[in-house]
Parts: sequence; C-alpha cells; structure tokens
Amino acid sequence: MKTGRFWAWLVFGLGTAYFFIPLIATFEFSLRMRRGEYSFDAYRVVLGDSRFQETFAYSVTVAVFTILLGVLLVVPTAYWIRLRMPHLRPVVEFITLLPLVIPAIVIVFGYIRMYGSNSPLPFLGSARGTDALLVIGYATLALPYMYRAVDTGLRTIDVRTLTEAAQILGAGWTTIIARVILPNVLIAVLSGAFLTFAIVIGEFTLASLLNRPAFGPYLQNIGANRAYEPAALAVIAFAITWGCMSVIQILARFAPKSANRPN
Amino acid sequence: MTQASISTTADAARSAPPEAKSGFRLPTHWLGVAPFFIFALMFLILPTLYLVVGAFQNDQGQYTLDNIRQLFADQSIRDSYWVSIKISFWSATIGALVGLAMAIAIVRGGLPAWVRSSTMTFSGVASNFAGVPLAFAFLATLGRLGLVTVILRDVFGINIYAMGFNVLTSWGLIIVYLFFQIPLMIVIITPAIDGLKREWGEAAATLGATTWQYWRMVVIPVLWPSFLGTVILLFANSFGAIATAYAFTGSSLNIVPIKLYAQIRGDVLHNPHLGYALAFGMIVVTGLANIFYIWFRTRSERWLK
Repeated sequence: MKTGRFWAWLVFGLGTAYFFIPLIATFEFSLRMRRGEYSFDAYRVVLGDSRFQETFAYSVTVAVFTILLGVLLVVPTAYWIRLRMPHLRPVVEFITLLPLVIPAIVIVFGYIRMYGSNSPLPFLGSARGTDALLVIGYATLALPYMYRAVDTGLRTIDVRTLTEAAQILGAGWTTIIARVILPNVLIAVLSGAFLTFAIVIGEFTLASLLNRPAFGPYLQNIGANRAYEPAALAVIAFAITWGCMSVIQILARFAPKSANRPN
Repeated sequence: MTQASISTTADAARSAPPEAKSGFRLPTHWLGVAPFFIFALMFLILPTLYLVVGAFQNDQGQYTLDNIRQLFADQSIRDSYWVSIKISFWSATIGALVGLAMAIAIVRGGLPAWVRSSTMTFSGVASNFAGVPLAFAFLATLGRLGLVTVILRDVFGINIYAMGFNVLTSWGLIIVYLFFQIPLMIVIITPAIDGLKREWGEAAATLGATTWQYWRMVVIPVLWPSFLGTVILLFANSFGAIATAYAFTGSSLNIVPIKLYAQIRGDVLHNPHLGYALAFGMIVVTGLANIFYIWFRTRSERWLK
C-alpha cells in the first residue's frame, strides 16, 4: 500500500505539473511587456482596446440570446417528453447528441450553403439575420449540454403531480411551464446556461466563418499580430472559464438530490 | 403511494369522455415537441444532409461518386486526413492513458480527499478550456520565447529549438490537445473506476489472487469497454477541433478542419462539391467513432451501474 501511495502521488504530481506549468508560464509571459520588469501593461492595453470591449460585449450579448433560445427550446421539449411522450425520449436524446458527432465547422458550412442571400430563407442577407443565425448555431452546439442539464433537473421533480396540481388550480400550459416547472429546474437551467456561456464566449469557428465581430475572431487576430497581449487574453479567458465552472459547482450544491423524498 | 392514486384517478377522469373526442385530441400532443423537431430539422439535419447530398453530385446536379473518389486520389487531401487521424489518435490514446492513471491515482491511490475533489473541479474547467486561448497558453510556454523554453536554455543549458523541437508541428499540437483530452478522460472514467466494487478485490484476495492477477482478470476486463469507448470519444473530440490548431499554426498545418475552413472561405479546391465531400468525410469519421463509442458504452454498462 505504501508503494501504491508513492506512485499515486507521483502520477498526481506529474499531472499537476503538466497542467500548471502552462498556466504559470502564460501568466508570467503576460507580465513581460515592459522590458526588464514585470508589469500589468499587457492587461491595460488589452482592456483599454476599444475592439476588445466591442467584441466582448457582442459575444456576451450573443451568449445571452443563445441561452434564452436554448431554454425556450429545451425546457418545454424535455418537460413534454417526460410528461406525455416518453417513447420519443431516445429519438430526442439522439438528436441532442448529434452536435457532438457533427463537427461545428460542418454545421456552419451547411448554414452558409443553405441560408445564403439567394435562398428562400436568406439569413445571411443581412447583418441582423446573420446574428440570428449565429445565435441559432450556438444554441445547436450547446444543445447536448443544455438538454442533459435540464433533463437531469426534471428527473429530480415530480413532473406529473406538479402538472396536475397546477391544472386543478386552472393553470394553462404557458403558466405551468413558466411558473411551475421552470422555477423547479432553475438550478439545472442555470448550470446549463453557464456552460453555454463558457462555450460561446470565445468560440471561433462559427463567428469567424459567419464574419461576425465576436470575441473569438478578435482573439485569433490579436494572436496573429501581437506578442504579449495574447497571453493576457489567455489568462482572462481562463479566468472566465474558471468562473463559469465554479458557479456551476456552487449551483450543484443547491440542487435537490432527488424528488421522490419520503414525505 | 399517494402519487399513484392521484394519477390513476386523473387518468380515469381523462378517459371518461367518449372515445371519439380523445381520438380527435391526439395531434395536439405533437405540438409540444414540434418546435424542437422543426429546429433540429432546419438547423442541424437539413444543413448536414445538404452537404452530404452535395458530396455525391457534380456541377450539373447529377449523382456521381467522383468527389468521393477524389478525396482518396488527391494527394494533399489524403495527407490532411492522415495527419488529422494521426493527431487525433495520439492525443486520444496518450490522453486516455494519462487520464486513466490520474483517475486511478485519485480514486484508488489513498490520496487525501481534497486531491480528488480539486482534481475533478480542475478537470471540469480544463476540459472546457480549448480554442484560441489554449493555443496562446502553449505558445507562451513552449514557444521560442516561452517560459519553459527559456528556463531549459538558460538554467539547464538545453536549447530544445536547436535540438529540432518546434511547438508548431503535429506533435506540438498533440501536446496542446492533451490539455483538454486528459481532463475529459478523468471526468468520464472516474465514475467507472468508482464502479469497481471493493468486494471484487476482497473476493479475488480470498481466492488467493495476487494484485497483478486481480488487475489482469478483474479490473482491466471491467474497465476495458469504458476505456476504449472514451478513447474513441476523445478521438472524435480532437478530430473536429479547429480553433486551437488555427490560432496555433495559422493555416500551415495540413489537417482536415483547417483545409475545410480554407475551402469555405475561398474555394481553394476549385470545386464546391469536393468541399462537400471533405465535410462528408469528416462526418463519416466522427460518426463511425461515435457508433463505436455507443457500442462500447452499452457493453460497459453491464458491469458498472
């Protein structure tokens, strides 16, 4: 057992080194902008760049709309599947997993060919339309995570009883979903939302191929033209990912473990 | 118990109206899932089918296998698939082995509990830290002026670039991909290792098995399907990735996603239908990978509940 523990520490230590050295190196590199001493100049330059602010704000907006679309799409569907059409569950689950099978670049390639300005649905004909298509594309990419999160949340509540209770009190479908089901799975929805945010905020492929001024293409552009700013941006991006994941972890602590509690 | 009685009375109430009426209501069932299916059809299935059908057509719209044949005939395309498969294979295999070792270390190694919880949290973060920033991080580490390069050169006197190392190559990209492949492996395989029941170890010991026999005849056979399944998932994961590679090496590295990116941008193959075929090839590779994944997954669930 003693030797076992030694190997375990060794493996863990090597792994930790592999993961922390790049993070430390990136941070160190981001401080090197001023010759001969450490400074936060790279961060000041990046945060003061108007294009940073514009693209970041754009990506945050897109992320918010993506989350809204994802919730509108997934919550009623997952609810309805649980309540009335459990036989469709394998089909819906299969579809929600497709974005993991079909690479993002292939999906956006399909969009570009199908929704061009000469097509019956010319999303790409206008800037607003392209924004909408970008949001749709991100909602598609986030579908596996959103659906999984919401479905797990629904598993912990008694959908049928809640629905019947609400119906007895005279609630319609919209009221049931918005005011009974959604608040009950809010924590699950929020963790799906933060995961979506983490995916969307720095996404490169879709934004770049649809020519939208998002944060991902901006990052790539800075990376190709500057020396120290990319390191600062990488640190910022890591902090954002870390933040989103921490929120999800904290939310998980508040989530109900099981609905069918003994009453 | 009360739940059951409520729903049976509700069912009884619902089925009370005459048959004809309930038969009339049936289609409204579908309204609840219609938005989802329409969305999936319009923005997931049809765009993909468009490319797949296009891969089997020529400029005149006639059906042909020429594009597919050309995927294999064109030296540069064949090379790009080969390089992509090689990078995905090695990053998946190494990532899976290292991830497995780390997962075993944190679950079975007798390390303190905080090691496990912090590793799991960090893995959740790192498996989602991909794309452009990840490329920056490794350029700042192993690039010509990166911290590790500089320390190795100035402190240890090892100039890795003079020794022929370059981070902007396939192997450099594999090292970078490991940063999200290893954590993904840890996240997926840890529950499987948890599923190895302590009793099996005790039973094996009672029957006089050595540690090595226990591993060879119990642990490895039980974990094998999960392990292989996850390797394939990691393979598909890196096969479709483009952002990291593109930010890392620009368009200099000849891998399929970067080739497709260039084709979408400016028809570099001078044949739109060959571009569709390129995309179709990617779907075939990731699709096959996922079919194997699901197959292994169902096999692993026999033991690990």
